[in-house]
Amino acid sequence: MTVPREMPEKWPRVPEPGRAEEERRVRANAREYNEKFQYANNCIKTSKYNILTFLPVNLFEQFQEVANTYFLFLLILQLIPQISSLSWFTTIVPLVLVLTITAVKDATDDYFRHKSDNQVNNRQSQVLIGGVLRQEQWMNVRVGDIIKLENNQFVAADLLLLSSSEPHGLCYIETAELDGETNMKVRQAIPVTSELGDISKLALFDGEVICEPPNNKLDKFGGTLYWKDNKYPLSNQNMLLRGCVLRNTEWCFGLVVFAGPDTKLMQNSGRTKFKRTSIDRLMNTLVLWIFGFLVCMGVILAIGNAIWEHEVGVCFQIYLPWDEGVHSAFFSGFLSFWSYIIILNTVVPISLYVSVEVIRLGHSYFINWDKKMYCAKRRTPAEARTTTLNEELGQVEYIFSDKTGTLTQNIMVFSKCSVNGHSYGDMQDVLGHKVELGERPEPVDFSFNPLADPGFQFWDPSLLEAVKLGDPHVHEFFRLLSLCHTVMSEEKSEGELYYKAQSPDEGALVTAARNFGFVFRSRTPKTITVQELGQAITYQLLAILDFNNIRKRMSVIVRNPQGKIRLYCKGADTILLERLHPLNQDLTNITTDHLNEYAGEGLRTLVLAYKDLEECYYQEWAERLQRASGAPEAREDRLARLYDEVEHDMMLLGATAIEDKLQQGVPETIAILTLANIKIWVLTGDKQETAVNIGYSCKMLTDDMTEVFVVTGHTVLEVREELRKAREKMMDGSRSMGNGFSYQEKLSSSKLTSVLEAIAGEYALVINGHSLAHALEADMEVEFLETACACKAVICCRVTPLQKAQVVELVKKYKKAVTLAIGDGANDVSMIKTAHIGVGISGQEGIQAVLASDYSFSQFKFLQRLLLVHGRWSYLRMCKFLCYFFYKNFAFTMVHFWFGFFCGFSAQTVYDQYFITLYNIVYTSLPVLAMGVFDQDVPEQRSMEYPKLYEPGQLNLLFNKREFFICIAQGIYTSVLMFFIPYGVFADATRDDGAQLADYQSFAVTVATSLVIVVSVQIGLDTGFWTAINHFFIWGSLAAYFAILFTMHSDGLFQMFPNQFRFVGNAQNTLAQPTVWLTITLTTVVCIMPVVAFRFLKLDLKPELSDTVRYTQLVRKKQKTQHRCMRRVGRVGSHRSGYAFSHQEGFGELIMSGKNMRLSSLALSSFAPRPSTSWIETLRKKKGSEGSAASSPSAVPDKTLKDGQRAKWPGRCPQQPLRLLLCQYSPCRSKSPIPRECIMPEPPLGAR
Amino acid sequence: MKNKTSFPPQEGETHPSRCPDNSAFEQQKLPAWKPHLTLATVLSTFFLTGAFCLSVGVCLILSANSVREIQIDYSEKCSDCSKLRENTSNWNKECHCFVNFTLKEDILGDVFMYYGLKNFYQNHRRYVVSRSDAQLLGRNVNIQKSSCAPFTTYQNGTPMAPCGAIANSMFNETARPPYWQKPVYLLDEEDEKNNGYVNDDFIIWMRVSAFATFRNLYRRVSRVRQFADGLPAGNYTFHISYNFPVSKFKGRKHVILSTVVWSGGSNPFLGIAYVVSGTVAALTGFVITAIHLKLRKKKTYFQKE
Repeated sequence: MTVPREMPEKWPRVPEPGRAEEERRVRANAREYNEKFQYANNCIKTSKYNILTFLPVNLFEQFQEVANTYFLFLLILQLIPQISSLSWFTTIVPLVLVLTITAVKDATDDYFRHKSDNQVNNRQSQVLIGGVLRQEQWMNVRVGDIIKLENNQFVAADLLLLSSSEPHGLCYIETAELDGETNMKVRQAIPVTSELGDISKLALFDGEVICEPPNNKLDKFGGTLYWKDNKYPLSNQNMLLRGCVLRNTEWCFGLVVFAGPDTKLMQNSGRTKFKRTSIDRLMNTLVLWIFGFLVCMGVILAIGNAIWEHEVGVCFQIYLPWDEGVHSAFFSGFLSFWSYIIILNTVVPISLYVSVEVIRLGHSYFINWDKKMYCAKRRTPAEARTTTLNEELGQVEYIFSDKTGTLTQNIMVFSKCSVNGHSYGDMQDVLGHKVELGERPEPVDFSFNPLADPGFQFWDPSLLEAVKLGDPHVHEFFRLLSLCHTVMSEEKSEGELYYKAQSPDEGALVTAARNFGFVFRSRTPKTITVQELGQAITYQLLAILDFNNIRKRMSVIVRNPQGKIRLYCKGADTILLERLHPLNQDLTNITTDHLNEYAGEGLRTLVLAYKDLEECYYQEWAERLQRASGAPEAREDRLARLYDEVEHDMMLLGATAIEDKLQQGVPETIAILTLANIKIWVLTGDKQETAVNIGYSCKMLTDDMTEVFVVTGHTVLEVREELRKAREKMMDGSRSMGNGFSYQEKLSSSKLTSVLEAIAGEYALVINGHSLAHALEADMEVEFLETACACKAVICCRVTPLQKAQVVELVKKYKKAVTLAIGDGANDVSMIKTAHIGVGISGQEGIQAVLASDYSFSQFKFLQRLLLVHGRWSYLRMCKFLCYFFYKNFAFTMVHFWFGFFCGFSAQTVYDQYFITLYNIVYTSLPVLAMGVFDQDVPEQRSMEYPKLYEPGQLNLLFNKREFFICIAQGIYTSVLMFFIPYGVFADATRDDGAQLADYQSFAVTVATSLVIVVSVQIGLDTGFWTAINHFFIWGSLAAYFAILFTMHSDGLFQMFPNQFRFVGNAQNTLAQPTVWLTITLTTVVCIMPVVAFRFLKLDLKPELSDTVRYTQLVRKKQKTQHRCMRRVGRVGSHRSGYAFSHQEGFGELIMSGKNMRLSSLALSSFAPRPSTSWIETLRKKKGSEGSAASSPSAVPDKTLKDGQRAKWPGRCPQQPLRLLLCQYSPCRSKSPIPRECIMPEPPLGAR
Repeated sequence: MKNKTSFPPQEGETHPSRCPDNSAFEQQKLPAWKPHLTLATVLSTFFLTGAFCLSVGVCLILSANSVREIQIDYSEKCSDCSKLRENTSNWNKECHCFVNFTLKEDILGDVFMYYGLKNFYQNHRRYVVSRSDAQLLGRNVNIQKSSCAPFTTYQNGTPMAPCGAIANSMFNETARPPYWQKPVYLLDEEDEKNNGYVNDDFIIWMRVSAFATFRNLYRRVSRVRQFADGLPAGNYTFHISYNFPVSKFKGRKHVILSTVVWSGGSNPFLGIAYVVSGTVAALTGFVITAIHLKLRKKKTYFQKE
C-alpha cells in the first residue's frame, strides 16, 4: 500500500480574486465548459522557491529576521569612518556564515518539499478522456473529469460517485485518513448514474452538478445533479472524498467535483503555524532586554565621552585633533554612542541563533538515530520532522492522545470467554495452573480444522477440549457467535475464507467461532451457512434485530434444519443480564463475577444468550413486525418495542471478552508519564464505553480512583450542572480528607479555582462530544478546564477533529503549559498542529498525521523515551548552553565597557580585532556546541527509573529569567576581574628586561588569553559528560587560540599586510613574561574559584534530584516508582459495562435486503442459483412480501445510511433525544464509577 | 496499488534496513568521563590553590621589595619652560630645566631610566589607529588613504614621514615639538643603526600604552667606571631640554630610575593580589568544610528529597 506523501501544511489557499465562490458548477466530460470557472486543479504546491527565486527570496526572508537585520545595520554603521570602531569584517564574517548556514538548510528543506510535491502530483490515475481511459498524473486531473478508481486505491480528489462494481452503485470506503474512524463506510451512487457501468455510457454522461463551494465540512455535502432535464439531490452519501481508500470494491467511477486545494481534506488541514518553543520566546525577550542594556551602556559611555572630550579631549587637541566634522563634545558623544553599540554588540552574539539551531539539529539526529525508538516490525525509525522544538520536549505538561491506532492497535482479539459458568482463556501450564505474564506456553493447535484462521491464537487448550468433548453449552456458545453477527464472508477459493466485518470486534468473535469449529461460511439474505465441526448446516435467517446505541444488543432469529426457531442475542451485560430468565440466577452470578474480572483486565465484554421461540408465537410476532415496519409513522419506536418484547426471558450462555489490543507498553508508558507529572487526556472519536474501557486497560483510570465523573449533558444547563456537581464532590472529598480548607457556603468561581488546585484524592473526568461542545463555549470553558485539570485523567469521547484542537487550544490558552498531541489519523491533524508539539504515529496506513507532526514514530511507548530521555536531555543541554553562552559573551564584551573609563570613552577595543572576529566563531564555539549536543547529567535508564527527573523542565527551572541574571552577573564579575587584575598589574609594570610592559598590545594579548582560558575552564566545569569529542574541542580550541595568535602576530603576515596585522611580534614577547602568566593564572583562579564554591555548596545543601541520582543509585523512591508502575489494579466488585460493539446500526437491514451481497458470495450460497441482473428484483419482491424492509428499494439504504451517518458525529444522538434526556436525570447514574446507561422501561409516548 | 511503478521505490527498498546504526555515537553511548564535584576534590582544590597562591604571592612581594625605584615629577619644576612651550610661536626657542635629586643608598645592578607621562591618552581610539605601519615598514604608501589623518601632509603638501598622531606626538624632551620640524633621519645623528624608523626612542613611543598613565624606557645606565655596580649614593641632576608641554591637558611628567627583577619592576599589586586570593581560597576551604560538617547531621534529608 502506498501512502500519500502530500504535505498538508502551507497549502496555498484558493486564490479568490475579489469574489468568493458562491456555488460550484461542474459539467461532466466538458473541460472547456469547466475551465471558464478557473477552479483549482489537482496539483498541489508546498515548495517555496525555485532555482532562480531562491537567492533573492531566501535573503529577503532571512533579513526579515530581526537579528539579521540588526547585524546588517551594524555592518552599515561600521562603514562610517567616524563611527567605525571595528573593522567591517568582524561583523561580515559571522553574518555571512549565519546566512549561508540558514540558506543551505532552507534549500535542503525546499528540495524535499519539491520531491514530495512531485511524488503526489505524479501519481497515476485513470481518467476518462475522449471516451477512453487514460493514465494521467494526479496533477492533470481537472474538475469535471470522470476517473476510475480500483480497490485499495486512494481517492485522488473529491468525487461524486457515479457507478461501481457493486450492485446498486454501492461502494465501501475507509475514511481513517479523514476522520480516524476505522470501520468501513458505505457510499452509494444515485440510482440514475449507477447504471453507467461501462466507459461508453460514461463518456456520454453530461450531467451538471451545482453544489456548495469548497468548504471543510467532512460530513456534509449539498448539491444537485441536473441530467436529462431531471434534478437529483446529492448528499454526502454520494461523495468519495480525497484521502479515503476504496475497499472491497473492485472499481468505481467518480466525477471530480473538488480538486487539489479545494478538496475537503485540504480545506480541513489548516495552515501550519510556525511553532516556537518557550525557550525561544524567553530568548527573544532576553535579547530585547540585552538590547536595552546595550543601549544603556552606550548612553553611559556616550555621556562619558562627551564629558571627557569637553574636559580633557579639547585640551589634548594639539596631539590629537578632533575628527573632521566634529565640532563639539556633544556630537563626539553622539558618535561614540554608535561606536560603542558596534563594539558592545557582541553581548547579543550573532552566533547565538545559529548555535541554537545547530544544537537542535544535533538533538534531532539523535532522535532519528535512536535504536530504541526503532520499530523493527514496521521498519520505521523515529523521526524528528522539525528541528526547532527539541528542548520543549523536556517541558511537556499535558499530553493529548488519540485512542485508536495510538493507544490501541485497533486489533480485536478474542481473549477469554465464560461458558456456562466456566471461564476459559487464562494461560495455563501443563499442570493447569494459571501462568502469570512472562513465558508463554504454546498456543492451542487448531490444525484439526482446515478452515481455521492461522492468525488466530488462543492459549487455553481446555476450551478446545470442551468443544471436542461435545459440551452442548460450548457448542451453542460458538453457534451463537457464528450466527449472530453482520459479517460478510468471501471465499476466494475453496477453504480460503475472508471475513469483512463492519467492526473489528465482530470479526474477532466470528473468527473465534471459526477456529473452534463453527465456521461461518456464507450468507444470503435468508440463510446462513455454518460449517459446524466439519458439517455444513444452513440456517434460515428469519430476522436480524439490529444493533443500535440504545439497545446495545443485537439478535438474530434463525430456524435450524430441524425447524426449531431460536433467537440468539449478544449485547452489553448491563442490558442483557436484566433480560434473562429468572432460572439463570446462579449462572448469572458466576458469569457476572467473570465479567467483572474481564472488565478489570480492560477487556471488552459481551453477554450471550438465546431463547427458543414457539412457532406460533414467532409467526404472530413476525406479523406484527411486518406491520410495524410498514407503518408510516413512529416506525422505529414500534420496531424497538417489538424487539424489546421478544428479547425477554432469555437463557444465559456465557460471555465473551475481547481484548482491544493496546499498543505495546502503553500502560507502562502512561504510568511513567503520570509519575513524571504529565497529565494525559484521551481525545477520541470513539464511543464512551470503548474509550472508558481503554482508559481502564491502559491504567489511566483505575478502581482506586475516588470517582470518575461522566458528563453527558445535552444542554448548556445540564453540562454546567454536571461540572458543578463534579467540583463539589471533589471539594467534599478534599474537605473530608481534612485538608483544612475553610469551606464557605458560597464560593465564587475564582475561589473555586484555587481550591480545586489542591484536590485530594484521584478523580477522572469523562466527557462526551456533545457536552464538550457546550463546555467549550466561552462562558463555560474556564469552568470546564478547572474541573478537568483537577482530575488525574480526562477522557473526551465522540469528539470531532475540530473539538480536539479546541481542547488543546483551551489548555494552551489558560494553562501556560506545554502541550503535546499524539495521534495517527487525519482526524488528529488539527490537534497535532494546534499543540505545542505534535507527534504522529507512523507506520500505519495513514500518513496525514505524520506529515502534520513535529515528531513521528511508530509506537506510543516511544513517547516516554522521546520525552524523558531526549526531551529532558535536550532541555538540559539547551539551558546549559544558553547559560554559558550569555555568560561568555558578557565576560567578553563587558571588558570594553570598563576599558571605556580608561581610554577617554573613545570606543577603543580591548582586544585585537581578529580576536573579536574569531572569539565567538572559533575560540569558544565548539566546546559549548559539544556540551550542547552531547551533555548528559544522568544515564538514560535513570531518567526512566526516576520520572521525577522530568519536573525541572516543566517548572522551567534550568533556564529562566533568574538563571539568566545569574549568568549575566557571573559574566560581569568575570569581566571586571578580567580587566582590573591586568590593569592593576600593568599600571607601572616593566618587563624583566626593563622595557615597558603596559603597552596596549601586551595588555590586549594578556586579557584575551586569560579570557580564553577562563571561559575554557568554565566550559570544563559545565561539561558533565566528557566524551572524546568534548576533549578534542576544548583542548583544540585552546590550541587553536594559541596557534592563531602566534600566526596573526607573526612577522610574515605583517610583511604582507602591515596595516592589518599590527600586533607583530607581540605574542612572543608578551607571553614570554612570567608576570603575564602569573596575571593570567591569578585571573583564572579568581574567576573560577567562587563558581566552584557556589556549585559545590548548592550541591551539598540543596541537591537537585538529578544530583542525588548521580550520587546514589538506591533511593527509596525508586522502589515506590516501580511498584506503582507495575502493580495490577485489583478490582473489587465494581460493575461496569465493557461491551464491545464499535459499529453502527444499519447493517442488519442491508443484509436482510441483500443489497450489499456480493455476486460472488451469492453464487456460493445455495440460495441464489445464478447471479443475474434480475435476482435483485426477485429479492425485492420477496422482501416486499415479507415486509422486513420498507417499500421503496432505493429509499431503504438511504434511510439507514442516514442514520448511520448521524450516529457518527457527536452532538446528535441517533434516536429520540427525549429518551436520553430522561436518562440524564434518572438516579441510576452515579453509583458505580461508570454509570450504566439507562434503558427506557416504557416505550415513549406516542409509540402506540 | 496498480501504478506502483510510477512511484519512487519505497524507502525500505533503497536502504535494506532503515534501522539506525548501533554505533556508540549515534546511540549517545560514547565512553565519557563524568566528573563530580565531590567534597574531596573541592577541598583539595581550594587548599592547594590557597597554598599555591600564598607562596607565589610571598615570592612576588619579596622580589618586588628588592626593587629600588626613584620617581621624580618635574612638571612643576619646569613650569617656566612649560609656559614658554605653550605658546607655539616660541617653537624654535630652547628651554632647559634642571632637576636635582639625592640618592641616599646605592642602587645596585642594572638601572633603567624611564620617562613617565600621566593623563596622556595614548590609548584613545583615534590615537591608536593614527599610524601607517606600511609606511613604517618603508613602503611607499598613499598617505591620504592611510589612517594617519589629520597628520598626513605638511602645509606645503609633502607627506609626513612618519605620519599619524602617534608619531607626531612623540615624547621628545631632546627633540623638537610636534609636526616633526626635525626629520626622522636626524633622530640619532651619532648611531647609524639607531636612526630613522628604527630609532629605539621612536619604536618605544610607537608602541602605544594601554593606559593614560605610563612609563617608557628611555635609557639604561651604562655600567662603566664608578657606575659599574649601579648608581652609587650621592647628588644627581637631570638636565632636561624641555620640548613637550603637558600642562594644557593637565598632564604630568616624571623621570624614573628603577632596577628590575624577574617579575619586572616594582609593582606590589600582583603579590598582594596573590596573597589575598590565596588566603580567601584557603578560608573558603574551611568554610566549606564547616558547612558540610554541619549539614552532615541532617544528611537523611538528602535521601528523602
